[in-house]
Order: sequence, then structure tokens, then C-alpha cells
Amino acid sequence: MAEHEEKIKLNVENEILPTSVVMPRYRKLKRLSILVTSLVALIPLFIMTFLNYYQDQEAYHAETRYAISRLLSNTQKTLEYAIKERRSALSLIIHERTYEELKSQEGLKTALSNLKESFGGFVDIGLIESNGIQSYYLGPYDLRGKNYEEQDWFKEILVRDVFVSDVFMGHRNIPHFVIAYKHEKPSGDFYVIRTTIDMDLLYRLIYALDLDKNTDAFIINREGLLQTPSLFYGNILDEITISVPEHFRQREVIDEYHENDKWLTSGYVFIEDSPFILVVIKQRENPFFHWFYRRTGLLWFLLLSAGLILLVVIYGSTHTIKRLRELDKRRVKIFHNMEYTNKMATIGRMAAGVAHEINNPLAIINEKAGLLKDLVQHTENCPNGDKFIKLANSITGSVERCSKVTHRLLGFAKRMEDNIEVVDLKSLLEEVVGFQNTEIAHRNLKVNFNFDNNLPTIESDRGQLQQVFLNLINNAFAAVEDGGNIDISISACNDREIAVTVTDNGSGIPEENLQYIFEPFYSTKGQFGTGLGLSITRDIIDKLGGKIDVESEIGKGTSFIVKLPCPCKRVAFQEKI
Amino acid sequence: MSELKVLLVDDEEELVSTLVERLEYRQIKAEFLLNGAAAIQRMREEKFDVVLLDLKLPGISGIETMRVLKKEHPEVPIILITGHGSLANEEDMPKGAFDYLPKPIDLEILVQKIREAVAVK
Repeated sequence: MAEHEEKIKLNVENEILPTSVVMPRYRKLKRLSILVTSLVALIPLFIMTFLNYYQDQEAYHAETRYAISRLLSNTQKTLEYAIKERRSALSLIIHERTYEELKSQEGLKTALSNLKESFGGFVDIGLIESNGIQSYYLGPYDLRGKNYEEQDWFKEILVRDVFVSDVFMGHRNIPHFVIAYKHEKPSGDFYVIRTTIDMDLLYRLIYALDLDKNTDAFIINREGLLQTPSLFYGNILDEITISVPEHFRQREVIDEYHENDKWLTSGYVFIEDSPFILVVIKQRENPFFHWFYRRTGLLWFLLLSAGLILLVVIYGSTHTIKRLRELDKRRVKIFHNMEYTNKMATIGRMAAGVAHEINNPLAIINEKAGLLKDLVQHTENCPNGDKFIKLANSITGSVERCSKVTHRLLGFAKRMEDNIEVVDLKSLLEEVVGFQNTEIAHRNLKVNFNFDNNLPTIESDRGQLQQVFLNLINNAFAAVEDGGNIDISISACNDREIAVTVTDNGSGIPEENLQYIFEPFYSTKGQFGTGLGLSITRDIIDKLGGKIDVESEIGKGTSFIVKLPCPCKRVAFQEKI
Repeated sequence: MSELKVLLVDDEEELVSTLVERLEYRQIKAEFLLNGAAAIQRMREEKFDVVLLDLKLPGISGIETMRVLKKEHPEVPIILITGHGSLANEEDMPKGAFDYLPKPIDLEILVQKIREAVAVK
């Protein structure tokens, strides 16, 4: 029977997953819930921020393009007009006067003063013969008689009538540029009138733009040499590091590009009838930092919102999963409890059936043996009469033993149903221990009873109490080695309570585990325990109005103290009042 | 004291027949029947001092038999015998029975109960 019970117990326990399998599932669920919820909440926020960044960049580009384009257009017009003006002035001089008129210091002086007065920007004037020799010169340098035959600009003028040079150092060794005009003499020979233009003309033009420190405007020639100083690329005649664009009449704005940790937007325009290219470059810091500093408010809002959302999501998910776990726990516990009660009831019914079926043949054996005794006793000088009587007594003795077992089973079965009755704890405990006689004998365990005298009876549910003490005594048996001691004592602790203590001399429970042992699903038996036994025990005791405590010492053993209310005493107490 | 007459009603013939014999040794005249209907019939024919009735009977149940017998012969005490072990409470015992005895029956106690029942009557 004990073996059978054990089998059923194992069966019950195996149906519930051990704690170690169940808990990670909730952790995974929690992680997933936090991840999904926060993603759903945060992604739109980040998309909005990214869109803002993108739009901000777009707006910046459009603004910059427009600004550069305007700057290029205005400066181009001014520069082209200034050069054209001076070319026209020179053309007027050369067409108005004959070679003979010009071929004198006086003639040149008149021409230069006319030019300076009407347009300004002219530094000197010279007349150069077709062999490259400057025959006449008027200006701040002594350049008369200089030979220009080898200079680039002179070679250039041979093939065209008017020429505007780029900036060069020349004989005087300071940067300047010239406008030269070739005129045919009636003899077929030609001469060239050449004037130097003050660099101030170009400088003023650039300075007049009044640029901020992030914008650079300068002029280069087609070889990429600086014609005016640049903020980013150096001084006059330095070579710039950016590539020179192909000749193109239209303005062209190049979108942002990255160079030496700078984000640059540049634009070019070719100046008509000159070697000049006007360049405007706008630089800025890393566009992200740029945006970052401009939108600090927005970013703070984003961070704050994200933080808040995460906080709410983590709290919400943790709370929900916790609730879910508790509900699941409660559900499994109720389910298990129900099943346990069901199984106990089934065992009870089965036991009752078995006991009943056995009682009938036992009664027959008993009566037959009894009749045997009667016959022997009523027969005079019955041979072997004493022996027959002894045999019959032996049979009836065995029948009595069997009937004790069946009656105990029947009593146990009857108490499976809920009902409050007067309970004598002493006999109840003896009965419960009686169920374990096989194990006690088999494992050589010592069970010591220690009952106070004059213990009051209590009113409680006998079946439930049986279950409680069966559980506690089973636990005590599991805790001790073979040959261990189990002490069971009952004492009236005060007027209102009666205490039952079950003490084993097993290995004890570590203090850090003590607080958990009544928690559902807490088990130290690994796969053999559901962790529900003590939890159910406590629930039953709660229901019966009692309480359970535990005391344990490592190496010495564990005591479970069950305190049950004692209504008789309470009634007596109340009556006294 | 005149000889007592007891009627035993139980479907276990082996049990009741042996009990009849054993009761005879104790100066109690006994007769057995195997079901409730026969018992009711027999009681109408002859009067018994005490009826021993098993609760579990084929056909008419023990309880029902007892109800009829009590109605027809209210003065005859009935002792119940049951294979269901001890009844935990007095109130578990069906109303009207004088007493009950669990199986297996202790014959000395049975004899004592029969005498008590007759004495009370």
C-alpha cells in the first residue's frame, strides 16, 4: 500500500514543470515584451527626428545654393562691367589718337590722365613696338626699353587684338594684370598700347562683398592660380587645391563635399573676356553637429521622451509579466490543489472499496475459526483440542490485525470530505504515523511522541489535518538519514492555541532558504518535488485558522510548529467574561 | 428466561450459516435469510426477538428492509452489521437501529448486544 501511495505521489508531482524550466520562460517573455513595446514606441520618434535632420539639411543646402548663386551672379556682373569699361576706354584712346600722337611722353601722359580721370584703376601706360620693345612708358616704374617679346601676354596679343592678362609678377616683381590693345599701322606693322590695372580693382570688389568668416570669395585663373588672396587657399599666385572646372558660361554651384574635416559648398563663374574665374566657397562644421547645436531643444525633448517611454515600458512590462506569473502560479496551484484533492478522494474511495471487499471474507474466516473453537470446546476429550484452540486463536488474531488495517483505511477514506468535527490530535497523529509503519520499520526510523497531559480536543477538519501532518511527517522522513529521529509533540501553548511540533534531526535548511519554503514552486528536491507541498500545507492551516512556523539549524535539524485554534478554551474564556 | 430467537439477514451465506451455528452454542436460536424481501416475509410469519441486518443486501437494500421492518414490527430491535468499518459518528447510523457492529464481528460483543437489545425492549 505504501508503495502504491508513493507511486501515485510521484505521478502527481511529475505533471508540473519544475521551477527551473518555468521561470526563464517569463524572463524571455519580459525581454520580448520590453523590446517590442519600446521599439514600437521609439521608432516613430527616431524617424521623426531623422526626418527633421534631413529636412534641416535640405533647407540648409537650398539656402546655401541660393546665397552662393546670388553672390556669383552679382559679382560676375560687376567684374565683367569693370573690365569691359576699361577695355572700352583703352579702345577709345587707341582709335582716337594716331601712332604719332601717342609716340611721345606728352601723348601718353594725356592719355593716362584721361583714363585715370574717367575710369580710374589705371596705373601706367606703355607703347610697345612690334618687336616687343617698350619704346615709350609712363608710370611709377622705369620700364622704358624693356623687351616683352618673351612674355606670355605679348605672344598672346599677336593672335588677337585685345588681351586681358591674368595676374603675374612681371618686370616690377609685384602682382598685377594688364590690358593690352594691338593696333595696325597703315604700313602693315603694328604697335601695342598696354596699361597696368591696379589690383585694388579686384580687391575692392571682393572686400565689398563683406563676407562672414565661413565664406570665401576669390578669383583664380584657368590654371588654378589665385588672382586674389583666399581665406582658405593662400595668397596671390598660390595654386589652389581644388580642381579648376571646365569652361562653362553659366554659373555652377557644386553641392556639398567633404575636404579636410570641412563640409564645403562651392560655386564658379567664368568672367567674360578675361582669364578670371570667380569662386565662392562656403564652409561649415560637421552638418550633424551643426544640426545638433541648432536643435538642442528638440534633442532634449527626444532624449527625455525616449527615457520616459523606456521607463514606462520597462515598468509596465515588468508589472504585467509579474501579474501574469502570479496568475499562472495561482492557476497551477489551484489546479494542482484540485487534482490533489481529487486524487486523494479517489484513493479514499478505492481504499473504502478494497476494505469493504476484504471485510466480508475476513468476517467469514473469523466466524469459521470461531466455530472451530466452539466445536472443540463443546466436544469432550477432543483429541488435540488445545492445539486446535491455539490454531483458531492464531487465525482470529490475524483476522483482527487485518481488520485493523481495513478499518483504518475506511476511517481515512471517510475523512476525505470537508467537515468540522471534534478532533483528538493525539489519536490523529498516531493514526498518521501508523500509515508510515512500513517505512519506519524499513528505514529503522525512531518516532518519539511527546504529548502533554490533559490536552484539550479541538474542533477542526480531521481529513485536512491528516493531510497536513502526513505532509509534514513525510517531509521529516525525507529529511533524515536511515535510523534518524523524528519527535512529535503536542502542547497547549496558551488558552487559545494548541501547538503540534514535528522535529527531525536531518541536515537542516539554510537560513537564506527558510523565507522561501512556503512559497509555491520552491523546491529543493529537484525534479522529484513540485514545491507545492508546504504551500498547500500552509494554505490548509490558514483555512483552519491556524499558523505554521519553521525553525531550522544547519546540521541539527528542522522543526515545523503548527498552531491550531482551540475553540473549547475560547468558549470557556468568553463565558468567563 | 425463555430462549431468544434471532433472525440473521446477510447475503454471505457462509458467514450467516456459521453465525447461526455459533449462536446456537450460546443458547440463542437463530435463523438466517439471504435477502431483505425474504426477511420481511419471514417476519410476517413468525416473531423474532432481534433482527441482525446487513446494510448491503441484494434487491431491497438493508436500509429499506429496516424501514419496512420498523414500520411493521416497531417493537423488534434491529442491530446493523456493516463491512464499512466503524462509523465515525453516532449520527452516521441510520435512524431506528438499536446499534451497529462492524465486520468482522466479535461474537462475544454480538451476543452481549443481542441481550442488551432484548433487555431494553
